[in-house]
Amino acid sequence: MSDEDFEPKIIAFLCNWCSYAGADLAGVSREQYPANILNIKVMCSSRVSPEHVLRSFKKGADGVLIAGCHPGDCHYINGNYKTIRKADLMKKIMEDFGIKPTRLRLEWISSAEGGKFARVMEEMTEEVKEIGPLNLDGTSLEDDTDE
Amino acid sequence: MSGIGVFICHCGSNIAGTVDVDELTEYASDLNGVTFATNYKYMCSDPGQELIKDSVEEQDLDSVVVAACSPRMHEETFQAVVEDAGLNPYRFQMANIREQCSWVHSDDMEKATEKAKHLVEMSVEKSRLSEDLEKTEVDVNSDALVIGGGIAGIQSALDLADQGKKVYLVEREPSIGGKMAQLDKTFPTLDCSSCILTPKMTDVARNPNIELLTYSEVEEVDGSVGDFEVKVKKKATYVDWDKCTACGDCAEACRRSGNVEDEFNEGLDNRGAIYTPFPQAVPAAYTIDSEVCISLEYDGTCTSCREVCELDAIDLDDEDEIVELNVGSIIVATGYDLMDPEKIYEYGYGKSKDIITNLELERIIDASGPTDGEIHRLSDGEDVESVTFILCVGSRDEELQSYCCRIGCMGALKHVHLLRDHLDEDVDINICYTDIRSFGKGYEEFYRRTRDLDVNFVRGRPSEVNVQEEKVELNVFDTTMDKLLQVESDLVVLVPALLPSEGTEELSRQLRITRSSDGFLQEAHPKLRPMDTFTNGIFIAGCCQGPKDIPDSVSQASGAAAKASTILSKDKLQSEATIASIDDDICSGCKMCISVCPYDAIEYNEEDEVAEITDVLCMGCGSCASLCPTGAIEHKGFKDEMLEAMIDAGLTEEEG
Ligand SMILES: Cc1cc2nc3c(=O)[nH]c(=O)nc-3n(C[C@H](O)[C@H](O)[C@H](O)COP(=O)(O)OP(=O)(O)OC[C@H]3O[C@@H](n4cnc5c(N)ncnc54)[C@H](O)[C@@H]3O)c2cc1C
Ligand code: FES
Repeated sequence: MSDEDFEPKIIAFLCNWCSYAGADLAGVSREQYPANILNIKVMCSSRVSPEHVLRSFKKGADGVLIAGCHPGDCHYINGNYKTIRKADLMKKIMEDFGIKPTRLRLEWISSAEGGKFARVMEEMTEEVKEIGPLNLDGTSLEDDTDE
Repeated sequence: MSGIGVFICHCGSNIAGTVDVDELTEYASDLNGVTFATNYKYMCSDPGQELIKDSVEEQDLDSVVVAACSPRMHEETFQAVVEDAGLNPYRFQMANIREQCSWVHSDDMEKATEKAKHLVEMSVEKSRLSEDLEKTEVDVNSDALVIGGGIAGIQSALDLADQGKKVYLVEREPSIGGKMAQLDKTFPTLDCSSCILTPKMTDVARNPNIELLTYSEVEEVDGSVGDFEVKVKKKATYVDWDKCTACGDCAEACRRSGNVEDEFNEGLDNRGAIYTPFPQAVPAAYTIDSEVCISLEYDGTCTSCREVCELDAIDLDDEDEIVELNVGSIIVATGYDLMDPEKIYEYGYGKSKDIITNLELERIIDASGPTDGEIHRLSDGEDVESVTFILCVGSRDEELQSYCCRIGCMGALKHVHLLRDHLDEDVDINICYTDIRSFGKGYEEFYRRTRDLDVNFVRGRPSEVNVQEEKVELNVFDTTMDKLLQVESDLVVLVPALLPSEGTEELSRQLRITRSSDGFLQEAHPKLRPMDTFTNGIFIAGCCQGPKDIPDSVSQASGAAAKASTILSKDKLQSEATIASIDDDICSGCKMCISVCPYDAIEYNEEDEVAEITDVLCMGCGSCASLCPTGAIEHKGFKDEMLEAMIDAGLTEEEG
């Protein structure tokens, strides 16, 4: 597939209290961003497990975003700190499965950061486009050396 | 056949201007499980709501999906509609095709419509797996427990009692009153501390709704909001308080009279083994300090107090007693302690009697204190010609306490006023300060008035305090004058940092509430929930949460009482519906969930070797569910299957 035509599919897990509200604010402010991203609301970013991320890739996602409240602001005290640790783990697992860890992105987006939400969507779509489509047919492992 | 109904909102042109709603409706009607799909101009309007209600009945729907604005706008509206139509509100799902679709892709109708299809399909897939959810209910015990009887605890107890609630007030000292009872006058109005405090203390004693448990400490806390079970240890006082009239004959007769350091007077005076902390103590009764009583601690031979007590109130066989309480809510108001200034060796605390703390100065100035309000050198009783205050002793210090004590500056300014009243006008008063912080109402004005009282303000922290033959000498670099000063004083008053009171750590563990990095009890939100803790039903007030003055302590105490009252006034409490639940057939008892739960809502059942959730404590974050290695935990409303079905639906390739 030529990179020009490639429209990546991205799944975004957004925590209810900050990032989902940030995504709403992007709408209220009429920010425009690529339509490649589909949001799934969870109550806290810490609800997202490695299975959810891996399943997304397996089912055809080219990128996954997990977005939560800024450190210290999690509605559930410290969920986002757990998310940081889990995301590190997920990246390791992804490597084992031959998926470039850069396909997973962790972001802190507050309910006041509509602009940031749109920018992250934009950037991420571009980045994943650059990495190219994910082919998980079991034959080719992605090379993680960034040349 | 029952099924899912999909209702697509145009939101005027907000959605319909960008998303092809007819195409979307057609797409929705073909989705798995959907038996009815329609669209309408304004789904949230009355006719829109009617449309949903009627369709539920006419089309025999068991679940409803509305594709419209953000659930943050109208989820509750539509949940109520669905409930009105006879369905469980958790049979409702919302697809956000406005804020997260039409508004952000307004330049590309095709892509917006494609995305809307995916969003609707994801909600339908989630809806297919939805179930009726119920909130669990627990009965609420309407009694309250207040721990700590300083001004904060007193205020909370009085407020709750005024609302008709039964309150247990637990104080570990023989009397309530806390630090405020030790103060002479209070800034910024200089009204006498005991004149405003003691009436409140007697109110507590007289109030039929308050059960006072002094000389007592919390031993064990179990249960949760609405139904805490608390064990309180009432220490033996060896005096029958029902009989004691606080006449004081026993104290005079006590053979140890004048031999034991008096805590209330900060060790500047002595008491005996049988004592009352101060004359206005509440309850007005005597207590035997078992650690120093000749009979109790040594040989059992002394009978002095018993001989003089005409009421026969003394009972050396008295024993500690465990009192079991059931309460619906708990307020913690355990206050603060001063940091021991000996921690800063250079300031010489303990090396001379003339180096004292600000709290000692309160006792000395107090007309009923150890010196009857006379101020002399404590070392030799000579006249005082110079007094120097050192502020921020251990406060705002990266090595010790990095935070501000919030009362030190104002307290020292107050002391200047009081010293000027007590001492000759030619006495030098120096204040070595870092910054003067006079932030409260009327405080800056008070500071200005103090400046008129002939005080030397020296901006700098002394490097050293040296005890000379008669005087105490200190070196300080004045940063405003750029000069090293050497000051000789007869009294050096240290203003130490405020620390959480002794035992705060243990108490926080018993109550399962958290402490912030400074060691004080942690509020649930620094701005919006200043008296809540992360444990539902437990509130904090006064200096246990952080240093503060009396007005702030009292405000927080009344706030905490109001907060507790919102719980205590209910017959029943409801948990969230979208909480976690554990399947005990699958749970392997690995306890990983227990370690990640921020609310201590999960406990280990030793008998069955499984983890168990207390529904009312669970706030529904789902972090336990994402971690459970056996999949025994289900996050209701956000089940793994639901999230997986949404992922799958979002990633299906569109045909044609
Ligand atoms: C020298 C000095 C001068 C001051 N002057 C002023 C002033 O002029 N104006 C002003 O507004 N503020 C002043 N303050 C501040 C004032 O003392 C506090 O704001 C106030 O005392 C806080 O009340 P509290 O109830 O939170 O704590 P505390 O007064 O410390 O009361 C806490 C109570 O809880 C009890 N307790 C502790 N742990 C337990 C436990 N585990 N179980 C049971 N009971 C327990 C303690 O025995 C105590 O009775 C001054 C402070 C100092 C040090
Ligand atoms: S609630 Fe936003 S990350 Fe926890």
